Amino acid sequence: MKAFTPIAVVVALFATVPLVVHSNVVLNFLVVALMIALAGQGWNILGGYGGQYSFGHAAFFGTGAYVTAILQVRYGVNAWVGFAIGIAAGALVGAIIGALTFRSGLRGSYFALVTLAFAEVLRISASVAPITGAGVGTLIKLDLRAQAFQFQSRAVFYWIILALVALSLAIAKLIERSRFGVWLVAVRENEDAAQALGIDVATVKSAAMVISGAITAAAGCFYAQYFLFVDSGIAYGTWISIEVLLTPIIGGVGTVFGPLFGAMVVKALGEGARLVTGDAPGLDLVVYGAVLILVIAFTPRGLIGGLAQARQWLMRRRGAEAHHG
Amino acid sequence: MCHPPLPASILVVLSPAIIIPAILNGLLTGAVYALVALGLTLVYGVLHIINFAHGALLTAAMFAAFFAYQFGIDPYVAIFLLAPAFFAVGYALQRLVIGPAAHGDDRNMLLVTLGIAVIIENALLYAFRADTRTIDVPYAFQSIDFGFTFVAVPRLVGFAAVFAVALVLWLIMTFTDTGKAIRAVAKEKVGAELAGIDVAHVYAVTFGLGTACVAIAACLLVPTYYVNPSAGNAFVLVAFTIVVLGGMGSVPGALIGGLVIGVVESLSSLFFGDSLGQVGIFLIFIAMLLVRPSGLFGARA
Repeated sequence: MKAFTPIAVVVALFATVPLVVHSNVVLNFLVVALMIALAGQGWNILGGYGGQYSFGHAAFFGTGAYVTAILQVRYGVNAWVGFAIGIAAGALVGAIIGALTFRSGLRGSYFALVTLAFAEVLRISASVAPITGAGVGTLIKLDLRAQAFQFQSRAVFYWIILALVALSLAIAKLIERSRFGVWLVAVRENEDAAQALGIDVATVKSAAMVISGAITAAAGCFYAQYFLFVDSGIAYGTWISIEVLLTPIIGGVGTVFGPLFGAMVVKALGEGARLVTGDAPGLDLVVYGAVLILVIAFTPRGLIGGLAQARQWLMRRRGAEAHHG
Repeated sequence: MCHPPLPASILVVLSPAIIIPAILNGLLTGAVYALVALGLTLVYGVLHIINFAHGALLTAAMFAAFFAYQFGIDPYVAIFLLAPAFFAVGYALQRLVIGPAAHGDDRNMLLVTLGIAVIIENALLYAFRADTRTIDVPYAFQSIDFGFTFVAVPRLVGFAAVFAVALVLWLIMTFTDTGKAIRAVAKEKVGAELAGIDVAHVYAVTFGLGTACVAIAACLLVPTYYVNPSAGNAFVLVAFTIVVLGGMGSVPGALIGGLVIGVVESLSSLFFGDSLGQVGIFLIFIAMLLVRPSGLFGARA
């Protein structure tokens, strides 16, 4: 259980926030950041541990959001049930895309391209299909009751998304410690060698994609319940594909806490850019792009890796000083 | 026993008087697609990565051509200013940003080009908002009568220019030392390095050539196409398809693929409407990637 102590501590700290902070602005910021952290953890399972860089994780986020919304609005399904089905739909989309791409041996640039194409096909289809509300989008009716998965208090939403993030952290940790996780990392480091060692590469990658799809879809389901509106540009837009890969890479790719840390940093930077320039569109994303390049250039293991490096360097320096003194 | 008669509308659409101009238009649009794809395939052929900043660079070049026109420079004249300028931009991006930042890792290179795309696109959005701009060149609506159909002058110029660019590229690749160095690096990077070729320089030149291609494409597009901060994306997604269809890294593949996709798009929007025409292209794209990722003309991977 010792391995899970850091997760418990971090989650407990986060859980106390609404008890101290009552500002809706701050809570809203944290809810959105946690939602991106959750979606980013999905990307991290496949991209961080498995080394398969998807540029189209919007496919999962959007599927979760649309399935949750459409089931409620058009079929009268209970919101909690819709939420669960949305997650399952994300896993299913992951299984389908995984089966198609990994069976045909796509990797690297090709994999990034084909995931992007899947997300675009879904986006264009959702923008014309009647069931999604086409260009108008789908609006979930306001119904502030717990059984409708809607709450007056932002704190409740906060604790729900925090619980989901906690679960995703635990899943990442479990994967890290399992045989499956070792296979996944082996595939990332050298696919041909992994194959030669008898690892069923395609199956391992497909399994990672299913888990990844489910986790990112959960963030999409949450989006639908929190904002009560979904359209094709939000659900399947490139913004989510980009934010979802930014957070783990900036935080620390292939680490348990990378997506959470990255999401907090990225969202804070975006908010900062918006404060400086007013509500002009675009500047927050310019900052994201610049941070992405800087992180890759200077701390390829992300900010968490960078902090560890800095600590080592400081300790070595202190050690050297003590030696000389 | 008798077949139900075809609806009149389908018969009208199937008549040669409509199909032939649609095919011709497709070929003309396809030529510009081919030019965008040419830049993409060139970079892939040498650096073995997909340049996700290609679309954003196309948009930036379209803005440059737009503003050149505000200073009285015709887009077709602007080609001779913007192509060298964007060559320099591309060279600098690869030499100073992508190369050093990526530490030679392909996955990092992909991400850095994505980061550059995000920066360019959103800086344009921040500076110029989402407004759509157009220019009014006097020849925008001129057309030539071919007897059976009319063809717009700007499209014809574009078509001719694309083949001129392809010819120039072929001459550079075949007869210059730089071209030989590029081909050597594309074939065998380590060997080329051992033979004394400066690989970082060759990478940057290739990236510069790819960027010059989008600058020319932008100048050809601006007379008839609108400019806004995401204008380039539509072309690049199509260009990805073309590159995959023609085979990653294959120059003739990009040219033929561009023309084919232009015609497919033109015909499918004739039959199914615009947005479904786009879905059709993506489905071709995914199917190609899954079935034969090396493309119709590429060597089997």
